[in-house]
Amino acid sequence: MQDFMQYLPHMQEIKSDILDKVLFEIQDYDEAKFSSKDVEKALNSTHLSIENLKALLSSAAEEFIEELAFKSSKTKIKYFGNSISLFTPLYLSNYCNSKCVYCGFQKGNKIARAKLNEYEIHQEMKAIAKTGLQEILMLTGEGREFANVEYIAKACAIAKEYFKVIGVEIYPMNEDEYKILHENGCDYVTIFQETYNPLKYSKIHLGGEKRIFPYRFNAQERALKAGMRGVAFAALLGIDDFRKDALATALHAYFLQQKYPHAEISLSVPRLRPIINNAKIHPKDVSEKRLLQVLCAYRLFLPFAGITISSRERIGFRDEVIKLGATKMSAGVSVGIGEHSGEKKGDDQFEISDERSVEEILTMLKNANLQAVMSDSIYVG
Amino acid sequence: MDDKLKIGKYEFNSRFILGSGKFSLELIKSAIEEADAQIITLALRRAYTGEVENILDYIPKNITLLPNTSGARNAQEALRIARLSRELGCGELIKIEVISDSKYLLPDNYETIKACELLAKDGFTPLPYMYADLYVARAMRDAGAAAIMPLAAPIGSNKGLCAKEFIQILLNEIDLPIIVDAGIGSPSQACEAMQMGVSAVMANTAIAEAKNIALMAKAFSLAIKAGREGYLAGLASASEAKASSPLTGFLRD
Repeated sequence: MQDFMQYLPHMQEIKSDILDKVLFEIQDYDEAKFSSKDVEKALNSTHLSIENLKALLSSAAEEFIEELAFKSSKTKIKYFGNSISLFTPLYLSNYCNSKCVYCGFQKGNKIARAKLNEYEIHQEMKAIAKTGLQEILMLTGEGREFANVEYIAKACAIAKEYFKVIGVEIYPMNEDEYKILHENGCDYVTIFQETYNPLKYSKIHLGGEKRIFPYRFNAQERALKAGMRGVAFAALLGIDDFRKDALATALHAYFLQQKYPHAEISLSVPRLRPIINNAKIHPKDVSEKRLLQVLCAYRLFLPFAGITISSRERIGFRDEVIKLGATKMSAGVSVGIGEHSGEKKGDDQFEISDERSVEEILTMLKNANLQAVMSDSIYVG
Repeated sequence: MDDKLKIGKYEFNSRFILGSGKFSLELIKSAIEEADAQIITLALRRAYTGEVENILDYIPKNITLLPNTSGARNAQEALRIARLSRELGCGELIKIEVISDSKYLLPDNYETIKACELLAKDGFTPLPYMYADLYVARAMRDAGAAAIMPLAAPIGSNKGLCAKEFIQILLNEIDLPIIVDAGIGSPSQACEAMQMGVSAVMANTAIAEAKNIALMAKAFSLAIKAGREGYLAGLASASEAKASSPLTGFLRD
């Protein structure tokens, strides 16, 4: 089996010490050492240190969930006000060459595979644009042989005809490849590290390019070097010790932002969800309360960062956390292939819990005195 | 008393400028009804047209929109955004924001000077958001700025007049309206800024975060008016007590 720390020949290596810094911090992190006093100290700090963050992610902080939510909501208002950004994901393809045990798209899983052609991309985007959305996030399975750089670049160019903000959540690329996407209109790159525990990572990524841990970790940095405006981070909470993974996610974003001050940073808080052919996949210990704890800790540690709440979560939870710390939500979501404009021809990656249309989300926001932001970007090129 | 705020060729009765980044319907309504704000800033990147409702739907037509170049990371991008703003019918009054640090959202003075030059040459009336730095303010004035907008403290911090000494220097030396932008967190801080002689105060977070938005909007309005009148009245010196009658009236020559 491929060494998960060893780059494949086509993978670009960059000089960066961020991985070492993050791994050092999580290795050292013993959440049980933090007491109520440490949590109170963190809650009273105006500028959170890494130690403060560790306290807020500890079990001791669970008792302070109300205080945490209160401070987080105040911070959210301070930095983002009542604005909530909206976007929708568009799955271009669900072919995949990686074997990741928690994912519905994994190689070998018996699902309906599909990939949109150029005509279908137009149709899907037309249908999405009609809803009023101006931001799109395009996704593919892992594996460049199924959706190569040229194909994704073409999809970005098409997206530019319909949307103001274009992001991708695809397999990690080299800097020159990200440059091609950027030239075609893409500005945001999302990569979920899934888990920051290298050993666990190697045990659940059994094959394919995704198995290479450091190449994935450094993807955001390569994207920024290629000129991308923003990058997004997440661990799939529930795969491993969620406290350590949450800590690592925040620190990954933090160290990267220190190195690239212009970078627009955002985070997501996904949990495991049941997938086709494996209903047992479920977050073991990440309750909603703990998920909110992580979200609030992110908000206080990185007050300027965007935080996206996934449609994996139930409606009641999503509608409340956008008041408490999240700044962005998906709307009108389909995680299958080809469903926006016609019949679905490829299966879903996971089960979603919020199937509301864009219109329904807009009504909910209005009733909550929140302002939908369809685009926070403007093309100046 | 005729005491209008003059910015370039524009005149306003109100010295309260509302920022709209932390959108709240209640905030906009209260700022207009309770605080008589006549100017509302607007990030052009948020001002889309089309079927989806947006912030423009909530701002009355008699309010002056002050578009900003928020999102620009350099002077060229600011120019491009300003031009788009003009094409949309927002006129030539524009607040320059050039920010390339996404953590603290502090303005890039160097690029902002360049943006001032470019925009003024292109027919705009630029109002640059900046750190209170005398050299920079002079360069902006010489480049064609119609007002200077120093931050009092980091945006959204509500920390008040952290940059007071430096804003005072701008007031002493720059013959343009000085408008305090960002960081003002309470009516008393707004009043203090106005007492110093600044021409107007911009606020957003301080009001948006208040428990009673309407009441806070009104409090800001009163504080800004009180501060202005205090300034115009001429403040007594706080440094030493002075006798109220002349002490040297006995002298002859």
